[in-house]
Amino acid sequence: MRYLLRRIGHAFFLLAGVSLLAFLFTALAPGTYLDEMRLNPQIAPETVAALRAQYGLDKPLPVRYLDWLSSVVHGEMGFSFAYNSPVAPLLLVRARNTLLLTITATLLAWAIALPLGVWSAERLGRLPDRLLSWGTAALMVIPDLALALGLLLFAVRSGWFPSGGMASLDIETLSPLGKLRDLAWHMVLPVAALVLTALPLLVRHVRAAVADVLHTPFLLAAMGHGIPRRTLLYRYALAAAANPLISLFGFSIGALLSGSLLIEVVMSWPGLGPLLLEAILSRDLYVVVGGILFSTIFLVGGNFLADLLLYWADPRIRTESGSP
Amino acid sequence: MKARRTFAKWLAALAVLHGIVICAGFFAPYDPVEQDRNSPYLPPMRPHLVDAQRHLHFRPFVYSLRLRQGSFDQYEEDTAEPHPLTFFQTGARYRLLGFLPCRIHFLGAEHARIYLLGTDAYGRDQFSRFLFGGQVSLLAGLLGAGLTLLIGLSIGAAAGYYGGRTDSLLMRLAELFLALPWLYLLFALRAFLPLGVSPLEAFFLVIAVIGTVGWARPARLVRGVVLSAKERDYVRAARGFGASPGYLLRHHILPETYSVLLTQAAILIPLYVMAEMALSFLGLGVPEPVPTWGNLLSSLQHYSVLVSYWWMYLPAFLMVPFFLGYLGLAGSLQAREDAYKIESWSPGSLT
Amino acid sequence: MQPLLKVENLVKRYAKRSLADAGEELHALNGVSFSIFAGTTLAVVGESGSGKSTLAACLACLESPTAGSIWYEEKDLAKLGEGARREVRPQLQLIFQDPASSLNPRWSVLEILLEPMVLQRNFSRNDNFTRQEMNQRANSLLERVRLSPDIARRSPTELSGGQRQRLAIARALALEPKLLILDEALSALDCSVQAQIANLLMELQDSLRMTYLFITHDLAMAAYLADEIAVMEAGRIVEQGPPEKILKRPQHETTRELLAAVPRIARPALPAVEL
Repeated sequence: MRYLLRRIGHAFFLLAGVSLLAFLFTALAPGTYLDEMRLNPQIAPETVAALRAQYGLDKPLPVRYLDWLSSVVHGEMGFSFAYNSPVAPLLLVRARNTLLLTITATLLAWAIALPLGVWSAERLGRLPDRLLSWGTAALMVIPDLALALGLLLFAVRSGWFPSGGMASLDIETLSPLGKLRDLAWHMVLPVAALVLTALPLLVRHVRAAVADVLHTPFLLAAMGHGIPRRTLLYRYALAAAANPLISLFGFSIGALLSGSLLIEVVMSWPGLGPLLLEAILSRDLYVVVGGILFSTIFLVGGNFLADLLLYWADPRIRTESGSP
Repeated sequence: MKARRTFAKWLAALAVLHGIVICAGFFAPYDPVEQDRNSPYLPPMRPHLVDAQRHLHFRPFVYSLRLRQGSFDQYEEDTAEPHPLTFFQTGARYRLLGFLPCRIHFLGAEHARIYLLGTDAYGRDQFSRFLFGGQVSLLAGLLGAGLTLLIGLSIGAAAGYYGGRTDSLLMRLAELFLALPWLYLLFALRAFLPLGVSPLEAFFLVIAVIGTVGWARPARLVRGVVLSAKERDYVRAARGFGASPGYLLRHHILPETYSVLLTQAAILIPLYVMAEMALSFLGLGVPEPVPTWGNLLSSLQHYSVLVSYWWMYLPAFLMVPFFLGYLGLAGSLQAREDAYKIESWSPGSLT
Repeated sequence: MQPLLKVENLVKRYAKRSLADAGEELHALNGVSFSIFAGTTLAVVGESGSGKSTLAACLACLESPTAGSIWYEEKDLAKLGEGARREVRPQLQLIFQDPASSLNPRWSVLEILLEPMVLQRNFSRNDNFTRQEMNQRANSLLERVRLSPDIARRSPTELSGGQRQRLAIARALALEPKLLILDEALSALDCSVQAQIANLLMELQDSLRMTYLFITHDLAMAAYLADEIAVMEAGRIVEQGPPEKILKRPQHETTRELLAAVPRIARPALPAVEL
């Protein structure tokens, strides 16, 4: 229990630290959204000054940070100049879309990587294992950007998949099942891109972790007891390799979130990525901070999930912190 | 021993590839910023050995492309006149290695222009842009990785050697950096810096930004090495002879980190090249007209290009050998590290 | 006669750094007192965890004690600052148990031998050590410990355990220390090699008038080498005296246990024991 509380406290510390860093970066950025307006001769300087005062941009930095913090607590997270609305609702919609993509990709990637890695570790050094190594190498040497663009090109040339976006134009006319199918159809390429970029490294690490465990005495002893192969592999070997695998899981979430940023932009998936990019280019300060904070929340959340899994899986952690 | 040879082979392969990019002026037929507004979006020219009259030529040759009758964007080969490929062709001026003025190019054609990968919207030769773009992207990756490793080494060594509160503080900072998905952090940092800058300024900004993002993981690794090296008896012995912390670090502790740093370099460089590509692709990196691998692919953002001008994707294939080289290098370094550990002590060392 | 080194009530406490409960302390040394006279050997015998290695580290000035005094040449080493301690360290050399880890595997034998001299030259800016002189000294050190000079270019990984320990001794002698602290220096070696190195140490003591603090768990070896034996347990000295007294009339329970642990084969060399 104490372990969990410590991890929660740790997560909060991280979020606070990141929010401070992000706020600092963006607040120190030269130029703000309003500077663009200032350059526009049609808008009177007084209007701009009034807007500055209204948004509190002329207050000193620590005050702005505290204002923003209170805005977070109230569920607004600051104000977007470009969209003329509080930041939080904008982010929530986009965040949901990003999560949809990332969670699907994570589940799929692990669902493929675990069996492949275990299968490969069993046949370590032999031809099937080597073929898989070459396969993962082949995927690893394609830059992520090129992979995403390649899939997009394939979509356009073959016409089998949409070339971007999350919904067809006529989505409102479809039945609920039809809407779901449409969504799935749009998700195929982005998810495929994400999975393909993450998969090779995952497979390699799973293979390494399981291979390490397969030659330990305790597993050989279990084999000697006549336990069937499948149980041996999954219940015994994977459980022993749980430790590094769970940290790998935490790491993979970070990698997939980063990957999703690029892929969302390339494939016009309306997630946090394109929003963040837009906000950076137009210097929409609070949207940038909010976007970064959200992505961090997901990463920290994912790592916390990994910590929970570790707590459940590894009895040593439970006994160390003194709980029964 | 085998591990060492594999490493040498991969290093040699990478050296060749980088050598070609370094001598981009020689290997590229044309200047990358030279525009030819009459020939936008030309498809790649294929070298032939047999001409339209079924004669075999000794020298490979290409046909110029001209617009098909009644179309704006369909090209066909002008089979009237074959243009043989010449090697060591005299062409546009450039400076080899940045300072030797030269006019000889590896490849060219006498009275026509050859476009091995086609041209872009402004009629610029994609192949030349690929080679020159490689200079920018690869250099950005290399320098960025260098910066990251420098920062990681300093912070990791300080944390590992001094321990205590310094260690806690630095490792907390590292955790903060690791708590952000790295691409988001990259973009955030880039956002913080001015947008409309000159290509040279942008180049250094990109390196600074990429270099500062990824220090946390190498720092942790270095810290681990330093922590264990610090406790070795030969370090304590050296202290017994009056060694200062600086001496211990320089002569005993830091040499242990070199193999870790090298392996990290092989992993980080391709990652950072991809980061530069992502930034430039989205307009946050090195701007036009300077070619980089990122802005080579940026035209593919447009639907019309994807539909009609698919060959703009071809440079992506040419990038693969470089990434393969780095992957092989990283793999051989890992193998070398393991081999060293086993070889280092002869049998019967602890009897 | 004044002792070379006099230890008074030495205490060393470590704060235990665990995840959940900080503040628990480990008492490695709990008030240790003894004296060593020049040219003699004091053996400190005890089991693992009795505080022997901590004692070694404190005496070699690699760690500072929590309380107590170490009197050496009319200075209290325990109270010195880092700079002063660095000056004193070369005179109180430590030889480690594991010869594999006390020599840097990436260096050559010559570099290892030269290191103390190079350090002293840098540290005291002493121009007494020219390159030639240092090489000569290295060669004579190798001779002293009966190692062949042509191992100079080799790496310590190519040497046997006994050779490595000789090298460690040679290195320790490079700066002409007054006291040599041997922290289980023979424990990691084969029996026959132990005897060789022990004899070497005896020779060096005679020819160089070396003083030894010999730390071990092997009471038989201690009896063979030492002029005085001190038995340590849980950070304290529980019994002290010349070898005959300790072996014939052991007072403390720990001493008796240590004596019982000595294998029978070694016994004939010792005087008859009453238990």
